[in-house]
Amino acid sequence: MIPVLAAGAAPLQTSLGKPTVASIGFFFAIVVLTLIITYFAARKTKTSSEYYAAGRSVSAGQNGLALAGDYMSAASFLGISGMVALKGYDGMIYATGWLAGWPALMFLVAEPLRNLGKFTFADVVAFRLRQTPVRIAAAFGGIATVLFYTIAQMVGSGSLIKLMFGIDYVWAELIVGVVMLGYVLFGGMLATTWVQIIKAVLLLIGVTILTILVLSRFGFDPTNLYAAVSTQYGQAALEPGGLVSNPVEAVSLGLALMFGLLGLPHILMRFYTVPDAKAARKSVLYATGLIGYFYLIIPIVGFGAAALVGRDVITSVDKSGNMAAPLVGELLAGAPFLGFIAAVAFATILAVVAGLTLAGASAYSHDIYVSVLKDGRATEEEQVRAAKMATVVFGVAAVALGIAFEGQNVAFMVGLAFSIAASANFPALLMSVLWKRFTTMGAVWSIVTGAVLSVVMIVLSPTVWGDVLKHVDAAGKPYGIIPLKNPAIVSMTAAFVVGIVVSLLSEEKKAQEAFEREKIRTYLGVGAE
Amino acid sequence: MSAAPATVKPPARTQKTAQELVESPEFKALVRKRWTVSAVMLVLLFVSYYGYILLIAANKPLVSTKIGAVTTLAIPLGILSIVAAWVLTGVYVAWANKAYDPEVERLKRQLER
Repeated sequence: MIPVLAAGAAPLQTSLGKPTVASIGFFFAIVVLTLIITYFAARKTKTSSEYYAAGRSVSAGQNGLALAGDYMSAASFLGISGMVALKGYDGMIYATGWLAGWPALMFLVAEPLRNLGKFTFADVVAFRLRQTPVRIAAAFGGIATVLFYTIAQMVGSGSLIKLMFGIDYVWAELIVGVVMLGYVLFGGMLATTWVQIIKAVLLLIGVTILTILVLSRFGFDPTNLYAAVSTQYGQAALEPGGLVSNPVEAVSLGLALMFGLLGLPHILMRFYTVPDAKAARKSVLYATGLIGYFYLIIPIVGFGAAALVGRDVITSVDKSGNMAAPLVGELLAGAPFLGFIAAVAFATILAVVAGLTLAGASAYSHDIYVSVLKDGRATEEEQVRAAKMATVVFGVAAVALGIAFEGQNVAFMVGLAFSIAASANFPALLMSVLWKRFTTMGAVWSIVTGAVLSVVMIVLSPTVWGDVLKHVDAAGKPYGIIPLKNPAIVSMTAAFVVGIVVSLLSEEKKAQEAFEREKIRTYLGVGAE
Repeated sequence: MSAAPATVKPPARTQKTAQELVESPEFKALVRKRWTVSAVMLVLLFVSYYGYILLIAANKPLVSTKIGAVTTLAIPLGILSIVAAWVLTGVYVAWANKAYDPEVERLKRQLER
């Protein structure tokens, strides 16, 4: 037990950092349940379409839950509640940005993506262009996105598991890697989908209970909660702080969050699991509802943690505030509920990493191995074998990178993943669907521009150049060669401009003809797989 | 996707090849309508989200105005931005179900098999 002092009250005893019967019990229950599902899923996972796309058998409602599961990571659950607890209203602004992409995903890509593609978003970028160069470029963008996202998830999960269960960091990485590989390798997309569904349901139940518990202390009136926060931490906690002091920076972050979603391979891949475009559209509606609900109630948990547990106690357990939600859960419902929350957070990590692994593996096995190296002529058996091998390689790499980056500041990698997704993957995807004169060279140069600019500008940003690489100015303040923390406003714009200019310079008659010809597939779904 | 059931058999001369269908004014109108609706929805999304962010950036004192004992204007604005995302997706799905899908089915029936 770590005895920590609650603000001016009796010491708070927490069982955080120590495996309890409850946390271990809940954790094993979740793992056993998901592995049983994997066993049944494995029997239905023989062909490549079953491995990558669950045989297109997932319903819109199930996919909506799975999309929500893929998106609501431990970082958003623990991170945003912690941010609200410590920084107040700014956490709420941040939360709204994470939702803003979902309607855009529906308006711009969900339906054409489902109609035009087979397993990956690169299918859609390449559908009427020359396969080899576009596949390679799109797979590069996709793998870069997934890889940076995975590193951030693995490093974050190692420290979270250590904090909650007291398990050694390396062991935590290995457990995540082995269990996750179990799901993906044997159960493919079907098992991964069910893991996401279970995790989404548990997470939503957990956060709902937390919210009700917090509100019960304030007569079920949020204004009483705000009053308590205001009394303890001043009115500033309920006012916007420093997060959007610079409008350009705020819009750039907003663009990365919004359009990054439209280029996240593990999210886009989910649209191939439903039978048709109508189901794809409906599943976005469900996902938006669930994720919006989640971000709507998370601030209540955060404010509740600040008011009831206290900022001092939260930061004494973890400086970044990640333990705000588990701590308020323990305070209000005791150690067993903390165990439940910790187990749900663990399941969340497993599910998100599983989804990422499947997406990363498919970018190699479907886009590079089958489409480029085998010229699209691999047998079913070869395709599934390639997919499974790529899954193992990606899983092992995830664990190895997670261990290699232990203790490093990798928070910027989430921003980097979203920036590459918004700047490399999204512009090429949109232009391919929407613009007749888009060409192979236009796609390749757009993807390369977006990816390279994202990486270079983030390395030179205050976040990496200053905070990570420790370049400080004369006043001792970390600085960046480029003042923007998030490059999307520049890199995404540049990717569109380059894509347009290069396309205009490299007319491709065949691509234009195919664009017209494929319209019955794009808009009517005739011939969709 | 499976094609429409064969029980409804339109007169033979309304049948079109894929190319004729794609070049038909009705098909072009459908595509134009689809992207017009998307564009309008996207503009509304931009107004609700970036409007919210830029309002905070531009006028902090305004959004910090108390609308209750301690509750600031910023709190309902944040909630509104989330609710707007729900409403916009809901409106799009309602439009697609009511107007887009029936037209898609109608055009698909014109397609030669």
